[in-house]
Amino acid sequence: MSPRAAWRLETLGFGEVYDYVGGKLDWFMAGLPMEGDIDESAFIGSLVRREVPTSLFGETVGEVSRRVREAGWNGAMVVNERRILLGFLGGDALDADPSKPVEEVMLEGPVTFRPSNGLMETAEWMDRNQSNTVIVTSSDGSLLGIVRRDDIPKEEATGQVKAG
Amino acid sequence: MPKELFRDEVRRLIDASAQVVDVLELESYREAHLPGAIHIHLRNLKQEAPKKLDRSRPVIAYCNDFA
Repeated sequence: MSPRAAWRLETLGFGEVYDYVGGKLDWFMAGLPMEGDIDESAFIGSLVRREVPTSLFGETVGEVSRRVREAGWNGAMVVNERRILLGFLGGDALDADPSKPVEEVMLEGPVTFRPSNGLMETAEWMDRNQSNTVIVTSSDGSLLGIVRRDDIPKEEATGQVKAG
Repeated sequence: MPKELFRDEVRRLIDASAQVVDVLELESYREAHLPGAIHIHLRNLKQEAPKKLDRSRPVIAYCNDFA
């Protein structure tokens, strides 16, 4: 619809007209704010912790391990300069040979969630996979942050959501 | 000729005072829309766009419902 709308607006005399290709869904899946009746608190996008440890692809294990552990974490997301998620370094990887590049020890293709995933489905997945944390990315693969299992309210996680 | 935009460009243009138009059904707009978006259904552009939009500013149209 929007390509036709953009063309139609041009014929109506609007001089600078654009078509947002991804549209509403793309915006929402990137975790950006919306207006309207939607209850954003029903989605994990509302719970994302954005301050998370990261490692650039070209770093060594030693560099990352020192920085991450000094900050009190036991893992790091491996990203490129555009913050696209490329891998994950868990505790074991951080204990690997400090001279190795992170590329050699990182977990490739970690499971990721979108801000538009529901609280209940995310909690169920975490329980099923005995995972305390999920990584959240936007639809283009950009790292947004993490959600911890404890961040999901108990009544939401069990589906006991109050109406209204 | 309308230009296609991706998210980052949309955000930049909104910050630079572009107008955003949601051309979906009103029900969909009420459920959720981009911040500050104006609703004009595709079928009503001819009647409503001249009243609701400023011709001197850029206009970004979007659709793509959740369903």
